[in-house]
Amino acid sequence: MNEFLKKSEIKRLKNLTFLQRLYIPEILKGIRITLRQIFKPSFTIQYPEQKFIKPESFRGRPVLVEENGVERCVACGLCSRVCPALAIDVQSAETELEKERYPEIFEINMLRCIFCGFCEEVCPEEAIIMSSDYELSFTDYNSAIYGKDKLLVPIEKVQDRLDHLHRTR
Amino acid sequence: MHTASITIDGRKLLVDSKQTIIEAAASNGINVPHFCWHPKLSVSGNCRICLVEVEKMPKLVIACMTQVSDGMIINTTNDRVINAREAVMEFILLNHPLDCPICDEAGECKLQDYAFSHSSGFSRFNEDKVHKPKRVELGQHVMFDAERCILCSRCIRFCDEIAGKHQLQFVQRGDTTTIETFPGEKLDNPYSMNVVDICPVGALTNTDFRFKSRVWEMSFTNSVCTSCSRGCNIEVGVRNNEALRLAPRLNENVNSYWMCDNGRLNSFKNINSPSRINLSQIKIGNNYSDIIWEAAIQNIVDNLKVFKKNEVAFLLSSEATNEDNYIMFKFAKEAFSTENIYCYKHTEMNDEDDILIRGDKTPNSFGVETLGINSSKLQELIQKINSGEIKAIYSLEDSFQENEDLFNSFSQLKYFALHATNNSKFTTIANIVLSASTSFEKSGTIINFQGQIQRLIPSIATEEDERSLDGFELSRWDKFAAWNDKWGKGPKRNSRSSWKIVSEVANNFGIKLKFKSSEEVFLELTQKNSAFSGMTYLKLGSQGMKIKNKNINSEVKVS
Repeated sequence: MNEFLKKSEIKRLKNLTFLQRLYIPEILKGIRITLRQIFKPSFTIQYPEQKFIKPESFRGRPVLVEENGVERCVACGLCSRVCPALAIDVQSAETELEKERYPEIFEINMLRCIFCGFCEEVCPEEAIIMSSDYELSFTDYNSAIYGKDKLLVPIEKVQDRLDHLHRTR
Repeated sequence: MHTASITIDGRKLLVDSKQTIIEAAASNGINVPHFCWHPKLSVSGNCRICLVEVEKMPKLVIACMTQVSDGMIINTTNDRVINAREAVMEFILLNHPLDCPICDEAGECKLQDYAFSHSSGFSRFNEDKVHKPKRVELGQHVMFDAERCILCSRCIRFCDEIAGKHQLQFVQRGDTTTIETFPGEKLDNPYSMNVVDICPVGALTNTDFRFKSRVWEMSFTNSVCTSCSRGCNIEVGVRNNEALRLAPRLNENVNSYWMCDNGRLNSFKNINSPSRINLSQIKIGNNYSDIIWEAAIQNIVDNLKVFKKNEVAFLLSSEATNEDNYIMFKFAKEAFSTENIYCYKHTEMNDEDDILIRGDKTPNSFGVETLGINSSKLQELIQKINSGEIKAIYSLEDSFQENEDLFNSFSQLKYFALHATNNSKFTTIANIVLSASTSFEKSGTIINFQGQIQRLIPSIATEEDERSLDGFELSRWDKFAAWNDKWGKGPKRNSRSSWKIVSEVANNFGIKLKFKSSEEVFLELTQKNSAFSGMTYLKLGSQGMKIKNKNINSEVKVS
């Protein structure tokens, strides 16, 4: 028995009315609340048949922006450095283009990625951005490492996100 | 020495009166920011970042050019100096492009550091920056980005004063000033790549290393270059267990701040070259096939036992460490009590200068001489093989410089066991080739031509090693890679230090060599050879020591 609790303060035992002590009326009250919900509009989304409407700032998997057939990325490695989960691996190489360097290898380990969006924030070229794609599933470890083939996305498909970044930054 | 008593930032100091303010400050641990000043180059005084206030002088003065004098009171951190510094930084940054993300220097850039520590943090310059050529090949090994250049003239002065070749000069005027080679000239002196190290910004980049890795992704190990008997102190940049870049490290006794291009570019290329031997090879018929370590060692033991004791010769190597040579020497003396111990020395006397490059192309020929073995006796070995007196040879790793006489002579041997790091002409005649570690993969000591004994510290892990457990320098990737991460898992070679291989052979011969590390071998060597007495790896440190008596040619007493 808790010594700080006086016996008189435990009201439940003494103060119940007769009806309350009968138990069944209380059950009926509960059922009434439940039944009332049936006729109200439902909040549940029937995923995967139904999809939820994502807010503009939603952060899905990171993708690389492809512009005029080449990636914007200059392989500076800042995303790789800032990534708190060490998910990004970049190997740069020289190109004849004006940007001088490009990523020879660009890999994101999606098992490590925590969708924090730091890579998007640090990128000096707006080359890596968070897409709205969140449905990721893998059957083995190696397929969770996304290379350039899976990461490159044409700029038209991610224009919404770029516009959002321009508005909010 | 005339001394002058000066006051810097309230600290009273007694300094050499021939010093400039920046030197006096530096020798007392006070850092005055500087771009164009370099301790080994003449003073140019054009960057103006080192402005300091000297009391009773009307204007601020540049610390690099002003000689100290008695009673000088110098301020390096008051408001007037800081304002001037910020103004200078603003001027320097006016036309400097915001290239840091694609610049190789980022992370070790003086301008980048000073932009944080000595700059107001914003620019009032709204106009277009001046554009200049971005990719100019000054020489085969050096790429120049004219926009990034802050015109400090360090590279020009280096070529004039250290390399002794007048190859670079300023051209144009005002904000279009840039650096070019003289007409018809290329930046092709054998020390050209030092300009990359001394460049305070990323204007000069190393074409070999360009864009291979960001500097913060690499680990840096202090070691010694093994491309000639100078033994320049180096810093090995490693990422994913792969050596990517060598850079010189300050050692006033050996190489100062510099190293030659050949050493910088070529001394680490053998580690991952296609000719690298990955596992020991045994000759069966005319073909070579892989052989596991135990079998390879047993093969040597079995074959050497066939011959009489005076029919076997041993070759030490001036490319191997003192520890390797000592164990081989000890094995030869104890198991065969033989005098047939020889050594080859690779020399190219026409490729020598009075700056750094030595004609003796082996890093440790002096170390072999401390064991009493001289390469001049090699002719005697060739005669003995030709006359059939010597029938078998067990040799440490050596390229033998593709020597024709030696090749023909060794071809007559009944048994030839060779340690090797890479395939060469000589590995095609060896009966067994043992996969030896390169100088980047093993721990040990080498002695340069001045008698400076220096430490080789492993920077690349072999299959025996685990980077994170065996005391290697670690990069961020090495520290945090999990077992299933792709990065941090560069190729590892199945090779061993020569002293370990020879110890195994000796153990199978019944001579117990129970050394656990190269340090234990070295400690025994210090007890046996007076030239090394009192030395330990710890005492050698990062700069090395002079060995006791330079002209030592005494016999080392074994056992």
